[in-house]
Amino acid sequence: MSWIVRSLWLIPVLPMLAAGVSALLKREQRRLSASLAIGSMGISFVLALSAFAQALAEPARQVVNFGWMQFGNQWVSLGWLLDPLAAVMLVMVTLVGLLIFIYSLGYMAHDDNFTRFFCFLSLFAGAMLGVVIANSLLLLFMCWEVVGLTSYLLIGFWFQRPAAAAAAKKAFVTTRIGDLGLLIGMVWLYAQSGTLLFYDHGAGCLEQSALTTMAAHVTIAGMAVSTAIGLLIFCGAAGKSGQVPLHVWLPDAMEGPTPVSALIHAATMVAAGVYLVARVYPLMTHSALAVVAWVGAITAFFAACIAVAQNDIKRILAYSTVSQLGYMMLGLGVGSVAVGMFHLITHAFFKALLFLGAGSVIHGCSDEQDIRNMGGLRRFMPVTFLTYAAGMLALCGFPLFAGFWSKDEILHAAHGWGLSRGPFYLGAIGALLTAFYMTRQVFYVFFGPRRTTETRSEPVGSHHGPVHAAAEPHESPGVMTGPLVVLALFATLLGFVGTPAWPWFQSFLSGTPNSFDLARFNEPGLIPLMLSSSVLVFAGLLLGWWLYGREPILRGTDPDALQRLQPGIFHALANRLYVDEFFGLTVIALTRFASAFSSWLDRWIWGGAVRLVSFLTVGLGWLDAGVDRYLVNGGFDAGCRDLARGGRLFSSLQSGRVQNYLRVIAAALVVLAVLLLWGRRG
Amino acid sequence: MITALTLLPVFGGFAVLLLARSRAAARILAVAVAVAALALAIFIWHSFNPSTPGMQFEQWHAWVPSLGIAYHVGVDGLGVLMLAVSAMVVLMSLAASWSNSNHGPVYFALVLFLEAGLFGTFTALNFIHWFIFWELSLIPAFFLVRLWGGQGRARAATQFFLYTMVGSIALLLSFLAIYLATSQPNAPGCFDFVQLAQLAHSGQLTTALAQNLHWGLSADTTGMLLFWAAFLGFAVKTAVVPFHTWVPAAYSEASSETTMLLTGAMSKMGVYGFLRILLPIFPQEMQRALTPLLWLAVATIVLPAFAAWVQRDLKRTFAYSSVNHLGYCVLGVCVAAKLAGSEIEKAAALTGVLLQIFSHALTASALFWFIALLERRTEGWRGIDEFGGLRRVVPVFSGLMGIAIFASLGLPGLNGFPGEFLIFKGAFPLAPWAASISVLGLLMTAIFLLTVIQKVFSGPVNPRWELLPDLTTAERLAFVPVIALMFLIGLYPQLITGMVHATVMQWVAGVRF
Repeated sequence: MSWIVRSLWLIPVLPMLAAGVSALLKREQRRLSASLAIGSMGISFVLALSAFAQALAEPARQVVNFGWMQFGNQWVSLGWLLDPLAAVMLVMVTLVGLLIFIYSLGYMAHDDNFTRFFCFLSLFAGAMLGVVIANSLLLLFMCWEVVGLTSYLLIGFWFQRPAAAAAAKKAFVTTRIGDLGLLIGMVWLYAQSGTLLFYDHGAGCLEQSALTTMAAHVTIAGMAVSTAIGLLIFCGAAGKSGQVPLHVWLPDAMEGPTPVSALIHAATMVAAGVYLVARVYPLMTHSALAVVAWVGAITAFFAACIAVAQNDIKRILAYSTVSQLGYMMLGLGVGSVAVGMFHLITHAFFKALLFLGAGSVIHGCSDEQDIRNMGGLRRFMPVTFLTYAAGMLALCGFPLFAGFWSKDEILHAAHGWGLSRGPFYLGAIGALLTAFYMTRQVFYVFFGPRRTTETRSEPVGSHHGPVHAAAEPHESPGVMTGPLVVLALFATLLGFVGTPAWPWFQSFLSGTPNSFDLARFNEPGLIPLMLSSSVLVFAGLLLGWWLYGREPILRGTDPDALQRLQPGIFHALANRLYVDEFFGLTVIALTRFASAFSSWLDRWIWGGAVRLVSFLTVGLGWLDAGVDRYLVNGGFDAGCRDLARGGRLFSSLQSGRVQNYLRVIAAALVVLAVLLLWGRRG
Repeated sequence: MITALTLLPVFGGFAVLLLARSRAAARILAVAVAVAALALAIFIWHSFNPSTPGMQFEQWHAWVPSLGIAYHVGVDGLGVLMLAVSAMVVLMSLAASWSNSNHGPVYFALVLFLEAGLFGTFTALNFIHWFIFWELSLIPAFFLVRLWGGQGRARAATQFFLYTMVGSIALLLSFLAIYLATSQPNAPGCFDFVQLAQLAHSGQLTTALAQNLHWGLSADTTGMLLFWAAFLGFAVKTAVVPFHTWVPAAYSEASSETTMLLTGAMSKMGVYGFLRILLPIFPQEMQRALTPLLWLAVATIVLPAFAAWVQRDLKRTFAYSSVNHLGYCVLGVCVAAKLAGSEIEKAAALTGVLLQIFSHALTASALFWFIALLERRTEGWRGIDEFGGLRRVVPVFSGLMGIAIFASLGLPGLNGFPGEFLIFKGAFPLAPWAASISVLGLLMTAIFLLTVIQKVFSGPVNPRWELLPDLTTAERLAFVPVIALMFLIGLYPQLITGMVHATVMQWVAGVRF
């Protein structure tokens, strides 16, 4: 076993240590905190590259397991592993993470809690890398929860804003709902297979013997145990990856600083759910995968619809993320690990790029986030504009950009899915919508005249110290545009590692040899599909241009072009199809009721019973006291009085006067004599 | 050794009463005694051999031989753990009282007496001997609540005392019946826990109940009657729903330092009873009563978690949280009694219970310690809605209390997680429905604890508390070992699970017939 496999644990632990150290730093030690974070992330990146090289050289899976804690005579084991799947994720997370760390130097430069920010970012990176290399569902779950914690901390980073505090709580609680399913699935898997190690030289829970046993067992409703466990684990993935209906937290999570949105809520953490499904893929039966595919397709379509009518630059991207995560799930459900993972990797780069670009725009516009109040920024921020355009084209699936290849592969797999064509159509319409809403956004932000309105919403991030003079937007510093350029290169070119002609990525993940062969384009249906999906993309772009680009948008207060056409639909979409309100009226209301009811039970039923007993006891006490006072005591007193009277009576007999005694004695003698005489005669 | 440990705080308490003229002297003396007790407990922990089952450091002296009463002490994995927990919680509580000017020599002496009661309870192996300590520990606790509590302290203290007393009397009657049943014409009956467990396991106890108690009931009914009577005693002490209503009142009315003792150490006496008495001595009865017991456990987990969300007083919220956390212990013990079931899962559940005991003692005491500090700074304000934005005013306080809160909601990496995981790992295969409902408790815990963070620490700063002082250096240093222990147990739970595995296997074997 090579040194890199043995020391793979360093990759997550280094950033965690950096977080631990900078948690103890003073607020003023900004430079040290940032250097720790970036330095540890840099070393992790180098290590991840070596791990990647190792996986290239030797694609066979390598694991290191160890005992963690003991119960009775058994051990709970944890471990880490290196395989192509983990290697790819390691490189992606460390690289995107590193770029975003550097970008944050500029973006957060004026923030009071700069030190704390890098502490949380490092902790996040460490936990996320832990998820990636975990060879045990338990270890994965533990890191997964820490990832959830850092997400909570970073969404609520500007904790003084009530909206941020509420959004943070919402994110944690919503993902925890999914995690409860994951927890049950995990303990069930543990009970069924006797281990939570994924791979353990034949004894792991994802290896053949355990899988066969679980597929053979049948649980409720004729479902195989492995299906049930797979679906429970998918609950966790759905929570983290914002699948409908647990997607509600992700758009709200945009309350966090923009680098956080880029790193956590676009590129890496939300992809953890997809990664989890990819990791436990052997466990997912056909029925479980069908559920995954449908949920993914519905999410892809649903979120793309909502994104059409949002006005916050980050919220549009957030719904776009939800939609793209749906595509990834769809890819896993109808295709294979490679299909879903390819989109995960390309998406990580172009979505991080888009968010950082959005951050640059927000930064340059003095914390303005409403796209209606922007406009014409391409003149002020050329680098941001060009890189943003690259990201936008990649996201839309414009031919030859990264997203084109990965999204097409998903649609191709969905097209060939045996069970239903539904997911394919949902995905295809979603692609059109994606192109449409991104065009809308780009036209609003970068084209037309510069719009500033008096009615602009109150500045969102008061963190930037003294607010810049709101008049002139400016290009961001090099520390921010540098990462943008690097990411733009990836967003443009990364797709070429997984084209049908040269499916290097796919064969790397599946461990098969690959070759360059243009003839694979001749696979029946592939070219027509690519053409039709490109047509959809062009249709979306055109439609967007027709509505928003043809005539420049002059005033931010003007109603949206779509709103003029379809006010009803636009209104419903702008209100996010009332999903939040629906949950508020059902789940949350029910929980509130249950809490009030439980408290009422405590006060009046359980506590009432105790009070009743105590009242009865006290009542009995009063009764007893009454009896004592009036019957027992009273009787006693009366008895005493009688005795005393008797005593007085008797004492009067003993007056001490001899004459009296003699008189009585004489009388008694007389009586006695009379009695005796009487008796003799009788 | 154990006798010395129990006597140490007794003498310490008297020393505080007699020698300490001032508060300053009293607190130094009391903390010194508590530190010595903790050192002794750690020494016992250290010299304990974890791989042999059964009692260690045993001492046996005849006391009233004709009645089967003996002075019998000893510890197994559970006992060692409980000694460490008690010593730790008492020291934390005394440290929290350090700067509370209301707590004078008498307070410190009572805390030490309470510590002696705890040590005695957790080491005694003869029922009468044990029962004396069980009751003795109640007396200092009563006065601590009664004399140093808040507005409603009189009522809360009385309810606390009487409620526990009722449970204790039921327990006592149950054991007197067992004594009668096991007594022979020429030999006294049995009060010894170890012997009773053996009798129960071999089935002789049931036979004896049938033959020697002429109550006109079947052996099974008699057994169940005695079981439920004993159960009542522990249910009240642990605060199993619906016998928990004294908890919110007592925890919120007592001064927070006293609440640390109540929740950290005294509530564990009930769980201890479940493990030391109910599971080994009434295994068959527990198996027969499994379904109702599981319902009670589920109710104890879920209902208080819901109720905690609507409390407006921080102390009441955490009191309900405490009931909820001990509910997981009850669940773990009850599923372990299931007759049919994998022994691996039973071992997991019981190990989880032991971890949870330690972890809850640590977390709950820490949380009430933070509340004590907060109350002292705000002169008694502790309503959830009365704060806001404290994270900006007192960042260190908020950060450290945040860690304790996340430990409480079972975040992996902190102490709460390993125990809860093992309990669910064991409970799910043995009682899937109970475990599945219980996860609601985990969700609600997250909801109400995050609501606390949201309302107290986040949002705009409440101008009233703009000048609230942060933790002093001494206070920060005092929390260092506490927080470090949270991480240590979370990352390396083997520290505890490695101490108790033989004991757990012995229990698992004890419920096998």
